[in-house]
Amino acid sequence: MKKDMICIACPRGCYMSVEIGEDGKFVSVTGNTCKRGETYAMTEVTNPTRSLTSTVKVIGGAHPVVPVKSASPVPKGMLFECMKEINKATVKAPVKIGDTVIENILGTGVDIVATNIC
Amino acid sequence: MLNYDLVVVGGGPAGMAAALKAEECGVKKIVILERAESLGGILEQCIHTGFGLQYFKEELSGPEYAGRFIELVEKSTVEVKTDTMVLDVSEDKIVTAVNKNDGLLQIKATAVVLAMGCRERPRGALPALTGTRPAGVMTAGTAQKYVNIDGYLPGKKIVILGSGDIGLIMARRMTLEGAEVKMVCEIMPYSGGLTRNIVQCLNDFDIPLYLSTTVVATHGKDRLEGVTIAKVDEKMNPIPGTEQYVECDTLMLSVGLIPENELTSGAGIPLDPVTRGATVNEKRETAHSGVFACGNVLQVHDLVDFVTLEAQIAGEGAAEYILNGGKFDDAQYIETTKGFGVRYIVPQKINVNSKKPIDLYFRVGAVYPNAKVVLEADGKVISSKKKIKLAPGEMECVTVPADVLEGLTADSSVTVRVEV
Repeated sequence: MKKDMICIACPRGCYMSVEIGEDGKFVSVTGNTCKRGETYAMTEVTNPTRSLTSTVKVIGGAHPVVPVKSASPVPKGMLFECMKEINKATVKAPVKIGDTVIENILGTGVDIVATNIC
Repeated sequence: MLNYDLVVVGGGPAGMAAALKAEECGVKKIVILERAESLGGILEQCIHTGFGLQYFKEELSGPEYAGRFIELVEKSTVEVKTDTMVLDVSEDKIVTAVNKNDGLLQIKATAVVLAMGCRERPRGALPALTGTRPAGVMTAGTAQKYVNIDGYLPGKKIVILGSGDIGLIMARRMTLEGAEVKMVCEIMPYSGGLTRNIVQCLNDFDIPLYLSTTVVATHGKDRLEGVTIAKVDEKMNPIPGTEQYVECDTLMLSVGLIPENELTSGAGIPLDPVTRGATVNEKRETAHSGVFACGNVLQVHDLVDFVTLEAQIAGEGAAEYILNGGKFDDAQYIETTKGFGVRYIVPQKINVNSKKPIDLYFRVGAVYPNAKVVLEADGKVISSKKKIKLAPGEMECVTVPADVLEGLTADSSVTVRVEV
C-alpha cells in the first residue's frame, strides 16, 4: 500500500510517497531529500508524534501565563489528554527557561518545560 | 544631544542580531531602542516551536529563540532602552525618541539600523468586508497575544480569514484550547502559509481550508454572531449565489503583514512598492547613506532564521560604514532584475565591486511545481536549480558567486527568473 504525505521535519515540506507493507509496517519512502524525511515517514506510519506547546498559569509572575512545550514529541493521539493536564497545572514565579513544569506527562516519559522566563 | 556610533531601532530578532554583529565587528557605542517593555519582539507571543532549525540546527519556541539573543545582548556592551518610542529619524541621522526616564531623547548616530518589524493588515484594510462592527473580529496576532501572553480565550467558535502562518498557527492553538475552528478561508487559489503549517495545524485536526473563498460580511450587534462567506472568481470578486452563512463568535484575520515603515518614509527613504520595505544594496544599506534596514521592516520573512542572517548582514555593513569613518569606498551598483515569475528581489541593487558572493532573496508570484530557478548575468546562465515546488509563501535564495561579480561592470545585468 502507498501513502502520500508531506514531510514536516523542516520548512522545506517535501512531498513523499511511503510504501507500507501488508503488516502495516514501513517498507520504503521516496521524495524525501534528507535522512530526517525517512525518519519522519517511518514514525508517521508506526507511531505519529507531535511537539506540543501551550501555556501554564503562573502565580505572582510578570504575566498571567508562561509558555511551555513538550521536551520531546508526544504521541499524536494524546495531544488533547495532555492539554487537559497542562490546563490543570499552575507554577509559582520565578520561572526560568527549561524549568520542568509537569514531569513525565501521562506516563509518556516526556516532561513539559517552560520556554520563557516569568 | 547624545552621540552613538550605532542606533538600532527595534529590539526584536532583527535589531538584536544587527547590534550584536556590529559589536562583534568592533563598533563600540551601540544602543537598541525598543518600544515594548522587553526585548524579543513578536517572538515573545509565538510560543509554538519550529524556530531555529536553520540557524541553531535545533527546534525552539519563539521565546526560546529570542531568549538566546537576549542573553547575548545582556552579556554584551550593547546598551538597551526599552519602553522607548522612536518618533523620528532625520536625514542627518538624528534619532528622536521618548521614554519615561529620559523624557525626550535626541541621539546623533553615525549609522542607523532600522529593525521595526511589521504589523498585521487590519479589518479596515479589507473594504470588501461589509456588515456590522461587533466585538469578536480581530487579527490573528491580537488573538495570539490574548491567549499566549494574557492567558484568556478570545472566542469559542472561530472562522479564520486568510491562510497566513499566524492564522494557521492560531487554528491549532485555539483547537487545542477547546475552541471549535470551523474553517480557514483563503481568497487566493493557494495558501499563503508554510506547507508544514498546513499539515500540522489544519490537516492534523481536520480543519477545512477553503481556497478562492472569502468572508464578505459580518453579522451581530454586540458580539459577532456569524459571517457570510462566498467563493471568488479569478479577479477575486465574490461570485453571486455562492454566499453561505457560518455561525461563529470570532473572526480572526490573517490577511497579510505590512512592514512598519513610517520612520523610514519620514526620513525620506524610498520604498520598494512590492516589498513595502526600503530599497537596499547587498549590505542592506538604504538609499540613504549610513541607514540600514533588516528583518520584517525590509521584507516580510517566513522564518526568523533568515531575519537573523539578514540582520547580521546589516550589522556587518553598519560596522564597516562606521569603522571606515562614516562612508563606503567606491562602489558601482547595478539593479537586480526580476525575470519571469519573480515578484521581488532583495537586495534591489548590488555592488559589482563586491569581493564576496551575494545572496539574492526573492519570492515568486504564483505556484510553480517542478520549476527551475535560473540566475543570469549579462544574458549568460550562471546557475539553474531544480525545485520541486516554488510558492509565494516560501522565500527562495540564489547566490551570485564572487567570480561572476568580478566579470561584471556598471552596464551589466543580473536577472533571476523562473523556468517552467
